[in-house]
Amino acid sequence: MSIMDTAQTEQRRHWMAVLARASGEEIAGLLATLPPLPPHATLRPAETGLVMVRGRAGGDGAPFNLGEMTVTRCAVRLGEQVGHAYVAGRDKRQAELAALLDAALQDPARRDALMGGVVVPLAAGQAARRDSEARRAAATKVEFLAMQTTR
Amino acid sequence: MYVAVKGGERAISAAHAWLDETRRGDPAVPELTVAQIEQQMGLAVDRVMAEGSCHDRFLAALAIKQAKGDLIEAAFLLRAYRTTLPRFGASEPLDTGAMRLRRRISATYKDLPGGQVLGPTFDYTHRLLDFALAAEGAPPAAAPEAETPVASTPRVTELLAREGLMQREPADPGEPGDLTRQPLAFPAPRDVRLQNLARGDEGFVLALGYSTQRGYGGNHPFVGEIRVGHVAVEFTPPELGFPIDIGEIGITECQMVNQFKGSRTEPPQFTRGYGLVFGHGERRAMSMALVDRALRSAELGEDVTAPAQDQEFVLYHSDNIEASGFVEHLKLPHYVDFQSELENLRTIRAALVREAMPEAAE
Repeated sequence: MSIMDTAQTEQRRHWMAVLARASGEEIAGLLATLPPLPPHATLRPAETGLVMVRGRAGGDGAPFNLGEMTVTRCAVRLGEQVGHAYVAGRDKRQAELAALLDAALQDPARRDALMGGVVVPLAAGQAARRDSEARRAAATKVEFLAMQTTR
Repeated sequence: MYVAVKGGERAISAAHAWLDETRRGDPAVPELTVAQIEQQMGLAVDRVMAEGSCHDRFLAALAIKQAKGDLIEAAFLLRAYRTTLPRFGASEPLDTGAMRLRRRISATYKDLPGGQVLGPTFDYTHRLLDFALAAEGAPPAAAPEAETPVASTPRVTELLAREGLMQREPADPGEPGDLTRQPLAFPAPRDVRLQNLARGDEGFVLALGYSTQRGYGGNHPFVGEIRVGHVAVEFTPPELGFPIDIGEIGITECQMVNQFKGSRTEPPQFTRGYGLVFGHGERRAMSMALVDRALRSAELGEDVTAPAQDQEFVLYHSDNIEASGFVEHLKLPHYVDFQSELENLRTIRAALVREAMPEAAE
């Protein structure tokens, strides 16, 4: 894979991760504020199935099967591009819109508008929620003051 | 032996109608929503996901509602549901080192990188019934937020391993065994044992872990680390050929640090017992780690004397869905079996009577 391809794949992995964490309703709400996308063909209708989640013995050893999780997938074609989505859970609307956006975002002519209108705001909301949780966790960090002063 | 018998349909349908009514309870009391169970009975949801071996909070909450709060029945419903879904494949192994931490504690180091983060814990509560909760009121005040958020931190076991004091886990690249596809076979490799324990009955695994502490195959453990939080799941769809992040799941990991006196090929060092479970399940993860270490006794050259060290005993009896099935099948009609037992007993007793009183029998 060339450096260009790697960078593009990284960017695609980023928007896929963001869309995997957004509900169908959230994505639809943001899409509605943008000019509508042209019609697309559904290559694989949204379908819910399972992915076997693996862990590693001791955290870093040999893999083992931990248990399954529900995942919904979908594939669409929009012009030249094929969009794919695999998202945790059973939200079919989310998988359909994530696949449609994956196709649209691969088109450089549409990318900036969709990144700015959908992916960036979703990512910002997700980052804010993550940050708030990490600050709550930090507030429960133990400071061993008494131990240090009595030593 | 079972004999097909017709009849009972009317009784069964009446029984199920009554079940539905008792599930709902007094109609004057508002009905629980699945979202309420998912949000407010979160640890029950976590247990059902772990024992049902399927991560889906909504489905687990629905199962709890349907099972009237019987968590083993709920896990059974979830296991049954998952058989109706296709399997897309297996994820990349989770990177728990990159976990988004809600809680992280160590009983082996006071001052460790990243610190002791308590998170939303029952620890240090007084276990006094809180009658304030009986009165429905406004939501509690928001938990405080610190200025600097916690960051992901290295595992404690890694700190010891770098010093050579902790046995490294062999990184076997092979395809792990899968209990949902192949039945148990003995001796069971560690990957299969971990899968079995991760979905095992919490009470059973807890009791076995406890037994190791009380001297039945003791291995003197320390909690190297417990971490609770969220971790991204990566999956490589064949049509893409590169791994993509498909979302996050809640997870609890426990690393037990255990003594090991060494062998001919290895110096004395610490060894790991490992626990990893869906959701927030500290007791479950700790118990799993204790039993995982006990089950490693044979491969570490230790005596296998206690129940928790006995693979067949542990792995064949840990699954509460199989166990319930076999225990509860005794409720099903055994009329013909029992008739034959009755006949047998009557024949034996009649023979005994004849032996005792030969003249009376004549």
